[in-house]
Amino acid sequence: MTTNSSTSKAAHINHILETEGDAVAANTQGFNQGRYDSVGTLEEYEQFKSEARAIKEDAIDRLPDLIAELREAVEANGGTLYLADDDADANDYVREVVDEVDGERVVKSKSMTSEEIELNEALAGDDVDVVETDLGEWVLQVADEAPSHIVAPAIHKSREGIAELFNEQFDPDEPLETAEDLTMFARGKLAEKITAADVGVTGANFVTADSGTMALVTSEGNARKTVTATDTHIAVAGVEKVIPTVEDLRPFIELIGRSGTGQDITSYVSLLTPPVDSPTLDFETDELGSADDREFHLVLIDNGRMAMRDDEDLRETLYCIRCSACSNSCANFQQLGGHAFGGETYSGGIATGWEAGVEGLDTAGEFNDLCTGCSRCVNACPVEIDIPWINTVVRDRINRGTDAELDWLVDGLMPDEESAGLDLDKRLFGNFATLARLGSATAPVSNWLASNDLSRRLLDRVAGVDRRRELPQFQRETLRDWMADRPSVADPDREVVLFPDLYTNHVQVERGKAAVRVLEALDVRVRLADVSASGRAPLSQGMISTARSYAETVAADLGPHVAAGRDIVVIEPSDHALFQREYGKLLDDESYERLAENSYEVFEYVYGLLANGGDETALRGGDGQQIAYHSHCQQRTIGVDQYTETVLEDLGYDVATSSVECCGMAGSFGYKEDYYDVSIAVGEELAAEFTTPETEDRTVVASGTSCLEQLDDLLTRPPKHPIELIAPRSWTERVTRD
Amino acid sequence: MSKTSTASTTDRFVDRLEDFGVSSTITGIDGVETEIEAVAATPAVGVDPSIEGVSLPESVDRELSPAAVDAAATGVTEAVLGVADYGSIVLPSTQSGVEPVSLFADQHVAVLREADIVPDMGAALSTLGDQFRDDDWSGIIATGPSATADMGALVTGAHGPKTVHVIIVRS
Repeated sequence: MTTNSSTSKAAHINHILETEGDAVAANTQGFNQGRYDSVGTLEEYEQFKSEARAIKEDAIDRLPDLIAELREAVEANGGTLYLADDDADANDYVREVVDEVDGERVVKSKSMTSEEIELNEALAGDDVDVVETDLGEWVLQVADEAPSHIVAPAIHKSREGIAELFNEQFDPDEPLETAEDLTMFARGKLAEKITAADVGVTGANFVTADSGTMALVTSEGNARKTVTATDTHIAVAGVEKVIPTVEDLRPFIELIGRSGTGQDITSYVSLLTPPVDSPTLDFETDELGSADDREFHLVLIDNGRMAMRDDEDLRETLYCIRCSACSNSCANFQQLGGHAFGGETYSGGIATGWEAGVEGLDTAGEFNDLCTGCSRCVNACPVEIDIPWINTVVRDRINRGTDAELDWLVDGLMPDEESAGLDLDKRLFGNFATLARLGSATAPVSNWLASNDLSRRLLDRVAGVDRRRELPQFQRETLRDWMADRPSVADPDREVVLFPDLYTNHVQVERGKAAVRVLEALDVRVRLADVSASGRAPLSQGMISTARSYAETVAADLGPHVAAGRDIVVIEPSDHALFQREYGKLLDDESYERLAENSYEVFEYVYGLLANGGDETALRGGDGQQIAYHSHCQQRTIGVDQYTETVLEDLGYDVATSSVECCGMAGSFGYKEDYYDVSIAVGEELAAEFTTPETEDRTVVASGTSCLEQLDDLLTRPPKHPIELIAPRSWTERVTRD
Repeated sequence: MSKTSTASTTDRFVDRLEDFGVSSTITGIDGVETEIEAVAATPAVGVDPSIEGVSLPESVDRELSPAAVDAAATGVTEAVLGVADYGSIVLPSTQSGVEPVSLFADQHVAVLREADIVPDMGAALSTLGDQFRDDDWSGIIATGPSATADMGALVTGAHGPKTVHVIIVRS
């Protein structure tokens, strides 16, 4: 990336943050909380997710057969199914149908697929009047803007902004002000358009192959009117919307509203087997006509989807039901919305998959880096798509496709497995293992060098490292040095291998020492693993080959320990999560399962030791000490954050926990100048939770390296890892000498 | 289904209707006309429910036209199913015009047999599955009034009814 495009990217992101950030944050965070509340009352939530996933897997697997079955059903019902290769093909077909019925006005209900193929523009080219009837979409049509969210397209606009727009554009007798005013005004305007329309265009959330039934999930009733008030109904939908049977709709109906906007169910789920049986309504002649006069066309669109189906990594994207959970649960999306975190049509986490498949890597590459891999969308997705993995794979493909410019600078330094063409910032951060090794070996000189103005300017210019961030301070004595001649526990109950991740080994050495002391206090003999680099850093940059090579080294080093009955304990939550999740994609099944089953986050392990008779009094109790705790995003996704809270509470600490999805630092993300401001905007939400009257005096602890760095930058009191709280002062008694 | 479970299903249904801002009354077959008169604003249009013994009161216009449907303050129709878990009613798209009558007016009054209330969405879809496959059946699962939050706050009556009332007919 050149300096110019980088500057303009940062400028664009900052502009969106300033102009749209507040409205987007209020709306998406409301949806996200609504999701938690709503799924919390659904007993079968996890079961429905698994069912939904299974139905989609099966449907995409059998897609050609299902489309054939669907065609038969639609034709038997008296409709037509047209399978369009691409956007132009689909648009030509719709234009023909509109032309054949002499359609002068088309009314539409919300359809992202029609946005994808730019149907409105195609029809407008034929002088057809196209009117969006979803109120949010209509606002955008009047304002000539693009959707900022796949479900609630106008969330970037405030009520005041919409009032100003309407008052300016329509000059009503009385100026419009309240949401009620605006809604009723729009309803009236649109009713005139709908009753005088010839053709109704809808999308389809699901289409069942057995009956030719389409499900439309809406709240306003505009889709109902669009279908009822027009004689010709055209539905446009991606081929991936086909599912086998009507009964298969159940988990989707139960999940889609809850997952998206946090409604248990939306006002209307239209289940239409068109042409529908309702009488036609001719408002001009005031006559009811026969339903036999209704016409129906289902336009199923490929536009890259069949190729995605054949792509092992992008295929999962086709399971997406466009609910928007991944957008709403994403800390970066919450600050930016789809105008920055989105491509031509789709926005949010899963958009990378859609845009890569439908538009191509260039479009996906424009916003793909905004996914930090925090994984908070993973549990939110009702069809269990591993969205961060799709983002990683696409990032890897983008890396490999980019032209090289300054690779000579780091080629000799960075021992990665990547082909030329990788962005320098990615290469720098992806090879953190090398940086950390050199950093400690030459500390404190390396720290002085890194913090002098000239070095910072060079880092900024060459690798886009934002000068406003403090860089990690490498410690001269690594955890490994400290452990080298350390005596071991005399008569241990068990023996573990502590994984000295790069940060713990080189930067946050104190938390490593504390972890060792805690384990020893509980009669556990501690060895250090011989490896420190997990592959997390390169994986974050989309350097999958490099990450895989690290993963294989880690598995080779830790495998024999597991075989010898030693458990693996991990301090850094992003590395623990890596062992639990992403190593499944990087290693063979056996190596992955062996490591995943036998590795524990440090507090998870301490919890287990205490639950099995470990001596609580060997640890430092809290005696009511007030703590503000921020768990780590990836730790929460795999559900181990609870152990830290439980152990701290059991030891007598008074714990207040943050509720934000992510700290916003996310490894290297917050260091990059393009993303510094959004990283800070996300972090400030966390900082705000820890500076309320109730929390401002609490000791701040956080599990993740990145979270600690972010909190250190944003708060005046220094945070630490919670293990440092409970590490005993009198640990020396438990070792053989000292 | 036993009588007890029907009663608890009805209770659940009524509770969930309230959650979504829908009022309801329970009455016998004989009481339906009176109930409709009591709740329906005028002018009202309606489609006769296909429930034996139930007809619409004189005050409800059954001569449908697009203008009458559009101008009505209330639309009265049947609902063929109730879904207790969600407080949803299922409105069939019929040649008689249930769909426009239940959609265009500010108030929708639905008449539903208590025996047609099913406990959950799974039961609703298995009940309707063969009708979709064999009869090209279409219908709307409607829950609460028409609503939007697109204009900065939640407003009912975005395109469809602002209020919904369900008359549950006990046999």
